[in-house]
Amino acid sequence: MLKDFFGKKSKKRKYASIPSEHSKLDVPEGLMQKCTGCYKIYYRKEMQKNLNVCPNCGKHHQLKAWERIDSLFDENTFQEWDKQLISINPLGFPEYENKLEKDREKTGINEAVVTGKGLIEGNITAFAVMDASFRMGSMGSVVGEKIARAIERAKDESLPFIIFTASGGARMQEGVLSLMQMTKTSVAIERFSKAQGLMISVMTHPTTGGVSASFASLGDYNFAEPAALIGFAGRRIIEQTIREKLPEDFQTSEFLLKHGQLDKVVHRHEMKELLKTLIEMHQKGGRK
Amino acid sequence: MMKQLLEFEKPIINLKEKIAELKSLTKDSELDLTDEISTLEKRLQLLEDDIYGNLKPWDRVQMARHQERPTTLDYINALFTNFIEMHGDRLFGDDAAIVSGVAYYKDEPVTVIGHQRGKDTKENIRRNFGMPHPEGYRKALRHMKQAEKFNRPIICFIDTKGAYPGKAAEERGQSEAIARNLMEMAGLTVPIICIVIGEGGSGGALGLGVGDQIHMLENSTYSVISPEGAAALLWKDAGLAQRAAETMMITSYDLKKLGIIDEIIPEPRGGAHRDVKLQGENIKKVLDQSLELLRKYSTDELLEKRWEKYKQIGEYSMLEN
Ligand SMILES: [Zn+2]
Repeated sequence: MLKDFFGKKSKKRKYASIPSEHSKLDVPEGLMQKCTGCYKIYYRKEMQKNLNVCPNCGKHHQLKAWERIDSLFDENTFQEWDKQLISINPLGFPEYENKLEKDREKTGINEAVVTGKGLIEGNITAFAVMDASFRMGSMGSVVGEKIARAIERAKDESLPFIIFTASGGARMQEGVLSLMQMTKTSVAIERFSKAQGLMISVMTHPTTGGVSASFASLGDYNFAEPAALIGFAGRRIIEQTIREKLPEDFQTSEFLLKHGQLDKVVHRHEMKELLKTLIEMHQKGGRK
Repeated sequence: MMKQLLEFEKPIINLKEKIAELKSLTKDSELDLTDEISTLEKRLQLLEDDIYGNLKPWDRVQMARHQERPTTLDYINALFTNFIEMHGDRLFGDDAAIVSGVAYYKDEPVTVIGHQRGKDTKENIRRNFGMPHPEGYRKALRHMKQAEKFNRPIICFIDTKGAYPGKAAEERGQSEAIARNLMEMAGLTVPIICIVIGEGGSGGALGLGVGDQIHMLENSTYSVISPEGAAALLWKDAGLAQRAAETMMITSYDLKKLGIIDEIIPEPRGGAHRDVKLQGENIKKVLDQSLELLRKYSTDELLEKRWEKYKQIGEYSMLEN
């Protein structure tokens, strides 16, 4: 099992770490990766095998959408939905189409969210995962539409719905249309919730603005990965407004947990097990 | 009190001053300037038609932010009777940036909720410039649930730069409070009518903004970010706000075009603050129509239509395989 494989007790010597003095070594591009938490250098492959959690300091580096899917779903069981939906440029915003095209090429996905269904340890679930490497995970019409459709399908097929968020907030280039996706997704969740659907939200780094103020906060269970940035307003704007320095841990997962805004902070290596347990609990539980 | 002067109105004011000057001149002397005055008055008419008839997005932003622009409480005064304000969220406190209570609209009991700005510095400080904390949204939700229990329609007035970006607001769950309102409003079994009367600033506006009918006063705005914020973010220059106001599509006409709002409520020439009574009458007309329409729906129809309304918002395309 995954948990045993990458359990918390893993020792760092298991991994091929190279001290930072060697950082100037002429290594092929992309082969090595420096942890932005502790500045140690690792083989990229080793880091990936550890689900992008630094073996030394435990920092949770971002996962791309498909890496996340691979980390949770039983092999070859994930079936993608609405892959062909793509953004247009409704406000005629300068350069927007180019930026979209570049991000599609760079990331290999068509928008900042991937949705679908699959099996987590044999449990079928509807799923959405945002990818911060596509337009900073920002929410435009397509992101809102794909998430709303996924929730509707979860309702129609009586599946749980799990979402992993990672987003800088609204997609500025789509203006107020992007704002209204907050409502669209929330109305979908209300319908799903009324039909007794189970929704689990897992906030990953970063989950801010309109995404944190809509579906990310609307799970029956709201979790977060360690040390993720989660908040409504940007730190700099708050500092400018209130003219005071904010605490170091402000708007981190741990800060939210302390203030009663989260159910639990969950290590990436324990995520699959937790989701499996919860899904199964909800299948069994409840008076019919 | 000095009336706040907007930049684009200056030519009108200048001409008005000139006319007043000529008038006082005729009073004090034997000069007959009747012809000159009437020529200038005609020109004034044309100038006003031209300026107020061609307001640019940035002009409307100024109008929406006008110091004397009527607030939620002004419209509550003009449109409702027996308004009783009810305070507090029962969890933390009472947020003066949102007012909420019960009233009669004509003969019908309703729940009225709205963002509340101040009109001078002192009141603005008390009301936090109409920028709510989580307790404001939670108070609003408490009253909406109450409206549902007693089967009263809900009328929301939207007028905020945004939810307050502060430390305490984050600690108490600004995100959750807004998100919760979006979801709960989606499921309320009574009609909800939302009217943007000034600035509709982002998530902070949306927290009172899920409705069966959404209307905007002609010179109000609704946006994901202020023009200044957009300019700073997109072009690293807050000075380009004027350009951002045009690009971002934030006027009532834009929102109508994008299929987000139902009606544009006309304003008196020169803005709502010129004639609150007339503005109230204009709102009443649209409110009557909305209430009449929504009364016809069963609860199921109401909720289904609410979903359909939001489901269709957004523009995208499909990749060919
Ligand atoms: Zn590290």
